[in-house]
Amino acid sequence: MSAAPVRRLAAGAALAIGLGAAATAWAQTGGGAGRGLNWPAIIMFFLFVLATLGITYRAAIQTRSAADFYAAGGGITGFQNGLAIAGDYMSAASFLGISGLVFASGFDGLIYSIGFLVGWPIIMFLIAERLRNLGKFTFSDVASFRLEQTPIRILSATGTLVVVAFYLIAQMVGAGKLIELLFGMQYLYAVIIVGALMIVYVAFGGMKATTWVQIIKACLLLGGATFMALAVLWRYGFNPEAMFADAVATHPRGQSIMAPGNFVADPVSTISLGLALMFGTAGLPHILMRFFTVSDAQAARKSVFYATGFIAYFYILTFIIGFGAITFLMTEPGYYRLAADGTYNRISGLLGGTNMAAVHLANAVGGSLFLGFISAVAFATILAVVAGLTLAGASAVSHDLYASVIARGRVSEQREVAISKASAIIIGIVAIALGYIFENQNVAFMVGLAFSVAASCNFPVLLMSVFWKGTTTQGALIGGFLGLVSAVVMVVLSKAVWVTTFGFAAAIFPYDNPALFSMTIAFGGIWLFSKLDASERAGREKQAFDAQFVRSETGIGSAAAHVH
Amino acid sequence: MQSSNGGADRHLILLRHPKFQELVKARSGFAWLLSALMLAIYFGFILLVAFAKGLMATRIGEGVTSLGIVLGLGVIVSAFVLTGIYVARANSRFDELTRTLTKEMTR
Repeated sequence: MSAAPVRRLAAGAALAIGLGAAATAWAQTGGGAGRGLNWPAIIMFFLFVLATLGITYRAAIQTRSAADFYAAGGGITGFQNGLAIAGDYMSAASFLGISGLVFASGFDGLIYSIGFLVGWPIIMFLIAERLRNLGKFTFSDVASFRLEQTPIRILSATGTLVVVAFYLIAQMVGAGKLIELLFGMQYLYAVIIVGALMIVYVAFGGMKATTWVQIIKACLLLGGATFMALAVLWRYGFNPEAMFADAVATHPRGQSIMAPGNFVADPVSTISLGLALMFGTAGLPHILMRFFTVSDAQAARKSVFYATGFIAYFYILTFIIGFGAITFLMTEPGYYRLAADGTYNRISGLLGGTNMAAVHLANAVGGSLFLGFISAVAFATILAVVAGLTLAGASAVSHDLYASVIARGRVSEQREVAISKASAIIIGIVAIALGYIFENQNVAFMVGLAFSVAASCNFPVLLMSVFWKGTTTQGALIGGFLGLVSAVVMVVLSKAVWVTTFGFAAAIFPYDNPALFSMTIAFGGIWLFSKLDASERAGREKQAFDAQFVRSETGIGSAAAHVH
Repeated sequence: MQSSNGGADRHLILLRHPKFQELVKARSGFAWLLSALMLAIYFGFILLVAFAKGLMATRIGEGVTSLGIVLGLGVIVSAFVLTGIYVARANSRFDELTRTLTKEMTR
């Protein structure tokens, strides 16, 4: 039996499974949930799902080799990849969360969005081109370029899976809550739909389908947010000062929304969070993986340039949207839970909580049809982000753990891709289960933890192996492992977990974010244990640096690594 | 220059190649300089937020817009501008050096 019909059959089955899951849950909730269904949102979301499943079907037919599956055959342009990176990075949490933060406290929301942005220039200057020159499918390829494959791949695959797990749980729980609210659909069904669709995108369409899901979502999100920001600015004759003045007059906290508030608890936590956001971005496996989808270092560099532009523009939009929500919503009792005497709290009384500020603003500026559009975009946004994460996790299992560690390189491409697809299905099912288990837990700390682990394990190992000749396997392994463990332990001992989740009276680790300490431990560990490493292997690894250096700086030798 | 026939010593030839050294020196210096600049801008902003709340709350002119808002938006714009500066330099100078090197090595 030839491969093409099988692929076509599988892709067709994928389409059916995806649509079936969505339709079943939709029908079931329509019957019994008792909440109002948001029809425009559901119809527009269905159109998005149909379009993306069509793309997945086409991608599944075209996906033949491992390079197709992991890296879309390297055929994505710099501009497309820039959009896809932005799509991977602009999560529903940052769209709704940051505009909600601006709505609640003004200026403080800006501090967060800046933190999420400033990692990108660092990726551009130090990481992107070298990553593309040295790697093939995952960042572990780069970290283990001249170091010993088995231990380094186990370490970086572990780093990848830990980051993916925490990020994915946070996204799944957020998705379930959000969809419950926006679509009137039950939490469990929402989580199942998200899980089923992400499995279909990744397992059948691989990187090609995932990339196009990201691109479509990025365009929808940027388009929708642009419309909202323009509608807000239009009311004030495109004069931001007039908008700020109205917001100050409307907001219960008055002029103080224009200045730093309670966000900065203590300087150490703030600096630590800043480090985690800045360097965590440069260690997120699903982001790093995107640099292998383009043809060369030049295209990788262009990707970051476009991505930085789109993300910067997006955060400016969320800032305007947050202020727009203050001025459009705070004087309208219709958006609030009213007390018996008809009064309401202008911040915490917002229906659905402050995270719904952008969604209510969509209704205020564009009516119920636009509200439906923004709700559908929020759903699509979640799907795109979880698909990217799932692909990164599946690649770590198949390309790093299975192909390089277990099979020691003796594995056919077909088998490696099959393992990756199976991993995507398992990760999807586990994500649904974890999403269900964590429904009523506070998962807000998990995104911070994912960034801290990325900044304290993935980033130091990657940076040191590429830039410092003296890095040895022993150093990278011990240092990276210490970074990973210390980040997780410090988060568990901090207020967010030790007090909020476990209910102890006082936190053992006094700061909100561990990155300042765990990054120091990781870099210090890599340096120290590399210096102490006098083995013969260490000598070979230092000698191999020159060849790696030439390739990382020029790309000579990397073009032949895989066919584009 | 002698062209190499195997991969084994090719990197040694490249490593000593004046054009390669020029590329590495120029690019590394530029990249680390821009990285340091971005770090300084970002942590400068964070430190102002932490220790100079009063300054950040200062109103600009007659309006309500504060210095903090302007500086914050300035950090966002500067991140994009810095990547733009790097791309402009890389597209012209660094890529040209890389092309010359690649051509010589594959001849």
